[in-house]
Amino acid sequence: MSMAANPITQPPIPPVAEREDYLNKEYGIWSWLLTTDHKRIALLYLLSITFFFFIGGFFALLIRLELLTPVGDLVQADSYNKIFTMHGMVMVFFFLIPSIPAVLGNFLVPLMIGAKDLAFPRINLLSWYLYIIGGALMMHCMLTGGVDTGWTFYAPFSTSFTNTNIVEAGLAIFVAGFSSILTGLNFVVTIHRMRAPGMTWSRLPLFIWAHYATSIIQLLGTPVIAVTIVLVAAERALHLGIFDPKLGGDPLLFQHLFWFYSHPAVYIMILPSMGVVTEIIACFSRKRIFGYHFVAFSSIAIAVFGFLVWAHHMFVAGISVYSALIFSFLSYAVALPSAIKVFNWTATLYKGSIHYDAPMLYAFGFLGLFTIGGLTGLFLSALGIDVHVTDTYFVVAHFHYIMVGGAVMGYLGGIHFWWPKISGRLYPEGWARLAALIVFIGFNLTFFPQFLLGYMGMPRRYYDYSHMPEFQVLNVMSTAGATILGVGYLLPMVYLLWSMRYGKPASDNPWNAAGLEWKTTSPPPTFNFEEEPVVTWEAYNYEELDAPQKQEVPVAR
Amino acid sequence: MLNNFPLWPQQASTLAGHVDALYIFLLIVTGMMALLVFTLIIYFAARYRYRPGVRAEQIEGSNALEITWSAIPFLIFMVIFAWGALVFFKERTPPTDAAEVYVVAKQWMWKVEHAEGQREINELHVPVGRDVKLIMTSQDVIHSFYIPAFRIKQDVLPGRYTVEWFHATKPGVYHLFCAEYCGTQHSGMVGSIIVQEPAQYEAWMNGNSNGPLSGSGEKIFAELGCATCHRSDIQGRGPNLVGVFGKPVQLDDGRMLTADENYLRESILDPGSKRLKGFQPIMPTFQGLVSEEQLNALVAYIKSISLSNPMGGAKTSASGAVSGESSDNEGKTHTLPNGTKVQ
Repeated sequence: MSMAANPITQPPIPPVAEREDYLNKEYGIWSWLLTTDHKRIALLYLLSITFFFFIGGFFALLIRLELLTPVGDLVQADSYNKIFTMHGMVMVFFFLIPSIPAVLGNFLVPLMIGAKDLAFPRINLLSWYLYIIGGALMMHCMLTGGVDTGWTFYAPFSTSFTNTNIVEAGLAIFVAGFSSILTGLNFVVTIHRMRAPGMTWSRLPLFIWAHYATSIIQLLGTPVIAVTIVLVAAERALHLGIFDPKLGGDPLLFQHLFWFYSHPAVYIMILPSMGVVTEIIACFSRKRIFGYHFVAFSSIAIAVFGFLVWAHHMFVAGISVYSALIFSFLSYAVALPSAIKVFNWTATLYKGSIHYDAPMLYAFGFLGLFTIGGLTGLFLSALGIDVHVTDTYFVVAHFHYIMVGGAVMGYLGGIHFWWPKISGRLYPEGWARLAALIVFIGFNLTFFPQFLLGYMGMPRRYYDYSHMPEFQVLNVMSTAGATILGVGYLLPMVYLLWSMRYGKPASDNPWNAAGLEWKTTSPPPTFNFEEEPVVTWEAYNYEELDAPQKQEVPVAR
Repeated sequence: MLNNFPLWPQQASTLAGHVDALYIFLLIVTGMMALLVFTLIIYFAARYRYRPGVRAEQIEGSNALEITWSAIPFLIFMVIFAWGALVFFKERTPPTDAAEVYVVAKQWMWKVEHAEGQREINELHVPVGRDVKLIMTSQDVIHSFYIPAFRIKQDVLPGRYTVEWFHATKPGVYHLFCAEYCGTQHSGMVGSIIVQEPAQYEAWMNGNSNGPLSGSGEKIFAELGCATCHRSDIQGRGPNLVGVFGKPVQLDDGRMLTADENYLRESILDPGSKRLKGFQPIMPTFQGLVSEEQLNALVAYIKSISLSNPMGGAKTSASGAVSGESSDNEGKTHTLPNGTKVQ
């Protein structure tokens, strides 16, 4: 299907030169740095997380280059340990966790529910500044030597043994954590209190349900990692015996605390992505979502069950057989709502009218990669298999399929889908489709071989595998894939930047999509809507949107 | 299979077959699930692609379908869960008469000591066809003792024992990896498991003997003056240790627990925390005074003087019970200020 024949995209309309929107209302650096407009703050976040994405990506590239050969030849052991640590910390805390909520959520939550802004606009700006302070600390930490503990910074290695500046890295994560808490708080209050008249809970877009569930996790989970960091700092600085057995502590306590946040944190990354994909699938199949309430409540179920599975990271760590049993069982319980979502998305395609625009290609990519990531989770939840594959590349492959395959695919799909609304311009469709394809191919080539490596027994965090040169072929495949993936991630940055200046101006609703955000102008005015909208329709009313303008007898299929 | 491009790990223990069977089952089940979902997505995407003039048909949903596609996966999940648990129980329940090997991990090497006294570094010689139980602890950070060919892995923690076991089925040399990130030379903390035919193994054992581990334990027991209170002829100021290993004991606070390896270890290092009923808190702590190797020898000695009832001890030592239960207790006792400790 060529771009010209693209049936959804309506011919671009020339912009009205005088029309005031959130982008052209004010100019100058202070109009951005002191803004309380949720849309401008979203753009501030977009810029900052993109910066950290490419920092984290650079580290990933170094990891893959080092593993091209079995011997440690590119960097020293200590450097490698710092590289994978910084890759993990930057990607998790400074890219993935803020990615969709702080950019797309910030931009879209008020627009989708018909509000003028978030409930606490100044707290929203504060959360960005906290993120920047945390990010600056992390950059300073990196430039002055970095940290070599792994992003999981297990005690007692982190508290009593490493010589690197774990306290500063911890402080960076601590501060960024408050940014995450404030975003969650803002969303919860906004969704409860600021919905437009007629926007009932069961008329909410599923993107909002997903963000609501995410916000609950951010609010309840993040304080626990903050506590953990304080305890690590206390043990390191004051030698209080908390985690190190030599001081009278318990190292397993650290792992319980760490994973109590860090497992739900995976859902902070994937739930918003599921929300994005739901919107995209509905729009490009021209259908309401199959089983709206099941999709909505599965988000809540994931948020609740997500808090009850943390010790499945610890099956070989020294917990008892019986607690391992319970956590294995609960891990299957949390897998179920994700499975339900996949089935409902699939069923939504049935009898749809499916368009293959770039956002939909990303959504298809998400479905493929997330399904593989989810299914391999069933392997890891099975106790007998987890013993063999935990802490190997099998785990690395599994969580990249979820957190990169799932979360980043959804993020990119969402950026493309709402780009006309955000920038007021259309992105180049052909390039976007090409990039989606490159990312999908590169991703699978990078991470699928790692499942095989993991089952064969290659442990994670090895910079030198000269004792087992039999692992090289698969590692070379993985590195080759990573370079392709890198190209796939660079492309959108180039053409999206290009489109901001040279892209065709977008109409208010270029996809003819449902949702209040498409009923205002592109880009929206500062307070989103000229008049407060009143909602009288259900979410995903594609039937009405696609109804012929003249009253005709509908064509029977 | 290609030599330089293997896609399946070697199978060299009784457990490996069980793990692989479940893995293959999961590959088939999840492969079918993925095939089903992907086929439907691709079929729908092609069949219902946009055609001018044809509109999508709106479908609200279907409770029957939702229940079906929740219930069926859930049942499948439960089969996987149960099967995985069964394999796990096998993996975590060492046979009672297994040969015991003590392992001390440190940055970045594995120190191994056989009950008969042979010492090795980054190597472990074992006979084929015999149950071997590893009693492991770490001198510094957390490590993990991982033998892919046996499909077993267990984290090795400072301050306590964890246990794993295997029954090698095929002579050969297999990888030993540290699987828990432990610092600079983590990827250098590798070694070999050398599985030998019984005759070869006997020859190796005889060439490397330093006398049994319990013998060195007895010497340390005497040197540290333990025997002054822990007398074996009459009841001294401390409990008589003959026959205590593997038995249920009652603590001063009324709790009952089994005197396993972890309990002996903890009672040496932190005697006040789980004191036997009827004894005064007069034993000094040996924290920092004995090395991990000496501690292992002491534990081996105390176990050896309980040999009058050899089956009694090991029976309770499912590794989970050893590592798990005492871990909970340790967490509790260590975070409390220990007022009962006598210096």
